[in-house]
Amino acid sequence: MIEIRFHGRGGQGAQVASKVLAVAFFHEGYYVQSFPAFGVERRGAPVMAFLRADQRPVQLRVNIYEPDHVVVLDPTLIGAVDVTSGLKPNGWILINSHQAPDAFDHLGNFQVATVHATSIAIRNGLGSRTNPIVNTAILGAFSKATGLVGIDSVALAIREELQGKKDENAKAAREAYHEVKYEIRSTKSETDTNFQNKDDLGE
Amino acid sequence: MRRVITGNQAVAYGVILSRVDVISAYPITPQTTIVEELSELIGSGRLNTRFLKVESEHSAMAALIGASTGGVRCFTATSSQGLAYMHEMLHWASGARLPIVLVNVNRALAPPWNIWSDQSDSLSQRDTGWIQLYCENNQEVLDTILQAYRIAEAVRLPVMVVLDAYVLSHTSEPVEIPTMEEADSFLPPYRPEHPLHTGQPEAFSMIATPEHFMEFRYKMQKAMEQVPAIAKTVDEEFRSRFGRGYGSIERYGEGEAEVLLITSGTVTSTSRIVIQRLMERGVSVAGIKVKRFRPFPSEEIYEEIRGAKKVAVIDRNLSAGVGGIFAQELRASLYSKEERPQVFGFVSGLGGRDITPELIEEAIRCTIEHHRPEEEILWLGLKR
Repeated sequence: MIEIRFHGRGGQGAQVASKVLAVAFFHEGYYVQSFPAFGVERRGAPVMAFLRADQRPVQLRVNIYEPDHVVVLDPTLIGAVDVTSGLKPNGWILINSHQAPDAFDHLGNFQVATVHATSIAIRNGLGSRTNPIVNTAILGAFSKATGLVGIDSVALAIREELQGKKDENAKAAREAYHEVKYEIRSTKSETDTNFQNKDDLGE
Repeated sequence: MRRVITGNQAVAYGVILSRVDVISAYPITPQTTIVEELSELIGSGRLNTRFLKVESEHSAMAALIGASTGGVRCFTATSSQGLAYMHEMLHWASGARLPIVLVNVNRALAPPWNIWSDQSDSLSQRDTGWIQLYCENNQEVLDTILQAYRIAEAVRLPVMVVLDAYVLSHTSEPVEIPTMEEADSFLPPYRPEHPLHTGQPEAFSMIATPEHFMEFRYKMQKAMEQVPAIAKTVDEEFRSRFGRGYGSIERYGEGEAEVLLITSGTVTSTSRIVIQRLMERGVSVAGIKVKRFRPFPSEEIYEEIRGAKKVAVIDRNLSAGVGGIFAQELRASLYSKEERPQVFGFVSGLGGRDITPELIEEAIRCTIEHHRPEEEILWLGLKR
């Protein structure tokens, strides 16, 4: 089972990111479970969302305490929130940032990827300049860095799940896919974890 | 069609597929997105249903009592304080023998304010004469709504379909959505036995003196007693059409287990993982999921637990002064039986606290290690 935690601020679309990525995994034959941190969401306040993907139906019905991977939609959360809490060693931490991955080496023994999702969002007219919607761009970067889910599945999920600006959002995801920066620090290679199983859908 | 949807969306699909005629609801907290989804569908013309936006949950149910008396299929959804406010009208709906279906998203009752999962809201309505069905996942939520109308209209009693707040209501997971044609073939249009019609005048909601009142309640009880058999038939037909069925209870795990764990709602899902792990380590344990709370499936449960030495019940609810309500119902149903296993009543997860695999294992271990419960209420995951 793959467990992913999203960190964002209320209004940035962390919950939608979790849902869209769940649908992308679903299209690749996974059983999925996507949920927000259960609570009262306030605009601008730190929020979380969660995603489980497995090749068997997901029966675990508790919060994710030890994620395999973490996605950070807003770099100002680092320091304000313990974004690596419980993150498994060698897990991916994908950050929306203009900085290179090694700027975040201090976070610990994790695989860091960065993408400037904010500029990609603004370039594609997603949200406003002061409040860009970065959730779709970051998913394209997730696809490339982790190799867990294909970019075509992400683009398809974006088209299915979003109400407006489907083309712009899908384009942002593809641009982030090409622009994401990361270095593989563990022995785990990209292709090892990149598997697809379309036979598991039937029940 | 298989889609990744929330529990609230699963409810909306269930309502659409049931061809509900009238929806009445009060649209603010503690209401969930169920009514939002449905009103959007109606507003955009994709759902041909009359939507009544009323000023309170009490009025929501009152409006449905009127509509259902008129002979149409009715629906509403609520939660916690909203359900409590509806209380008087819940009695009226069942007493008037109206087959209304209500979805309640289980949330704690305030104070202190809490919008998280807790069964105390629906269970505090247990004596209102409503059938109560609890769901474990979003697929079961959708399927149960279709089944609920069949059961309600057959026995002429209202049904409350219950799902855990957030853990289902706001959680997205894959759900198989039947087609309209498939749903139609399972759930035919509602044909009221006593329609409100000027050509066929009858008296409704009149006074019943002591000479007659008791017989109304006797008939209501008899209708409740028909539920197990009718629900079984409906579930079997559903299974034959859709390949999915639920039963009033479901047993899983070891066949001849010495210890049994009884749960309802989403705690069951996590319990399945724990019981599987314990069995792999050689522990003699099995689980029972209770889907139907009213009428309580006493006989079905007894058949499964009569050979066991001990039964652990995890209740995500509290009747202050007594303890967990499922445990209380189980103890009462066992009193007249020959074989009475020890009942360990655990209370856990109130107000949405996670009931983790570790806590479930702790409950099972405690039950195995003790001859009898040391306390009437065994608090699980409590900060002391």
